[in-house]
Amino acid sequence: MRARSLLAVVLIGLAAASVARPAAQALRAAAPYAVLSADGRATVAAVTAGDQEMLRLDELAALLQLTVREDRAAKALTVSRGTSVVVLSLDQGLASIGGKILSLSAAPVRDGSRWLVSPDTVNRALAPIAGVRMEVRRASRLIVLGDLRVPRISVQQEPGGPPTRVAIDVAPRAAYTIVQEPRRLLVRFDADALDVGPISSTSGLVQSITSDDPATLIIALDRTVGTFRAATVPVDAATSRILIDLAAAGAPAPSPSGLARAQPPPPLVPAAPPPAAMAKPEAVPALPAAQPPGVRTVVIDPGHGGDELGTKGAGGVLEKDLVLDIARRLRTVLDSRLGIRVLLTRDDDRIVPHDERASIANNNKADLFISLHANSSPSASARGAEVFYLSLDGLGAEARRMVESPETRPVPVLGGGSRDIDLILWDMAQARHLSESASFAMLVEEELRRRIEMGPSPIQQAPFRVLVAANMPAVLVEMGFLSNPEQERQLTSDDFKNRVVQALVDAIVRYRGRIEGQAVSRLP
Amino acid sequence: MAVSSRIVALALITAGAVGAGTWAAARYLSRPARGAAAPPAAAVQAPEAARRIKAVLYYVSADGLRLAAAERDVLFAEHASEQARRIVEALLEPAPEGFSSAIPAGTELRGLFVGTRGEAYVDFSGSLRTNHPGGSASEILTVYAIVSAITANLPAITSVQILIDGHEVDTLAGHVDLRRPLPNAPQWAEKGTT
Repeated sequence: MRARSLLAVVLIGLAAASVARPAAQALRAAAPYAVLSADGRATVAAVTAGDQEMLRLDELAALLQLTVREDRAAKALTVSRGTSVVVLSLDQGLASIGGKILSLSAAPVRDGSRWLVSPDTVNRALAPIAGVRMEVRRASRLIVLGDLRVPRISVQQEPGGPPTRVAIDVAPRAAYTIVQEPRRLLVRFDADALDVGPISSTSGLVQSITSDDPATLIIALDRTVGTFRAATVPVDAATSRILIDLAAAGAPAPSPSGLARAQPPPPLVPAAPPPAAMAKPEAVPALPAAQPPGVRTVVIDPGHGGDELGTKGAGGVLEKDLVLDIARRLRTVLDSRLGIRVLLTRDDDRIVPHDERASIANNNKADLFISLHANSSPSASARGAEVFYLSLDGLGAEARRMVESPETRPVPVLGGGSRDIDLILWDMAQARHLSESASFAMLVEEELRRRIEMGPSPIQQAPFRVLVAANMPAVLVEMGFLSNPEQERQLTSDDFKNRVVQALVDAIVRYRGRIEGQAVSRLP
Repeated sequence: MAVSSRIVALALITAGAVGAGTWAAARYLSRPARGAAAPPAAAVQAPEAARRIKAVLYYVSADGLRLAAAERDVLFAEHASEQARRIVEALLEPAPEGFSSAIPAGTELRGLFVGTRGEAYVDFSGSLRTNHPGGSASEILTVYAIVSAITANLPAITSVQILIDGHEVDTLAGHVDLRRPLPNAPQWAEKGTT
């Protein structure tokens, strides 16, 4: 009986595994991709698996000198070139490069003894280890290797006329010349090749438009064509449009003003800066004097907001509303009684991304960052406030290195010479303020403890997202548990809110006194 | 020469990692889980076809503020990544008597994948986020129930990144930074194993 149930487990597992495997999908041959490189042209075979187009990994590996190894036990493909390695999951569209995960549109698919990979796997997972620039263009079934210039070209003949007008979009922009030969125009681009998209049907004075090597469009003309005019207009930052107007022999020449509606063609290469811009300034502006330490600006961060409700109390109280109310009360007291400039990361009910919350503090040179939250636990009995500062757990070795040996680098300053500046990775700015954050957290905890109930671990470190990028001492205060019905009632009372506000005000005053005192004691 | 020795070194490291994974799967019963008071007894309870091992899984503690470790039978797997998958699947099952799960109901494991640095990427269905009750305590318990279950049982895996529907996420519920693989943080677990 036991053996039978074990067998059933194994069979169910096998059935689930076979359903989950994308290789079970039928593969159909598709048109190959052309590969353009400095060595010439090649092709890579492609197939479709369901809706997903896939490329032959062995052919890509041969082109890029990649080594592919299947690890059946780990259900992964390891693709390497020298010491660069990418691991592709065989279960789902995931890849890992140097400890960083990538989401891909599809996992590799087995086709007999070969493997197939999606175009975005090539662009995002293989290109970084290939050591050459590499771009897969799905629309044109083209893979560009190396620093080749291969602009995308789309051609349309505009209806109406005369004059007959041909519009050629070029992205990225490329310089060109137009040569008129008997019964044809040659548009030669300053490029290594062209990626020519669909060409609309031609009529009137244009008989056909085709592409030819090297990087040339050939516009075959009716024998009645007499003259042409061309102009270039910008479409967007990367794309330019070449307009070519054709007129029959004997007809008036196309008006230059009609072309491009008098817009001047954009420069194909950025203009050199005017010499004046290079002139040395006559006076060197003084660097602003460093301000003495103090607490002039505090950023209060009411957690969550908008569709991101935070947690919800048993009685329906929303964390996002509660913390905004307390943040506003705190601002009023700090501003009116202490004259401290207070900024809220949100003053209404909206979503604010975590990085934007830190940016508000960093860009305003805040001296303290306080994030306000209310908590929730699976246990209704959980209660008490907690004060958090950042733990570096989630940031890896780089953040620890920044704390242990902050790096400085000389940068040139106006007027000659250089000065050292600290190199701060924006994403880890909090790492160098941890000790100050810890001492501020202790003050906040002491002041809260005098007024409200604290949890069993009142000061903790956690890898909290909103604290990571704050470039000043920063804490996150969990004021109590909305999941506890009794605490929910407390948290929403005016008395409780005012106690929290007074505790934070007193903690800020004590912190300010401490750092100003330190500054005074350092004076000779 | 330098390149070829690097390749050899890489091959050795890779082989070592695979070997360590296999070793870990076979041996982790004999080491104490982090935060556990006593080493769980080694136990291969079934014949080769469905060997089971005892793994330490993490649930919500009675006070709702920490993780409580509990031993559960989990299907044995040869490779660390497959064993990690089975551990997470066991974690998604209903909690044993006397415990409550830190993982929101309805959460499914979509995939698990181990990178070259011993980091596991664990991909869950969107309900891990949409059914989450919010609050930093709940979020910490959810995240570290997963991170601890994998890293405490499998020495070959040193960190875990949680993905949702195949994508990286900032956080689950607005607090814990999930943009990089997280190492285990034993301070979230109570001492001792049930």
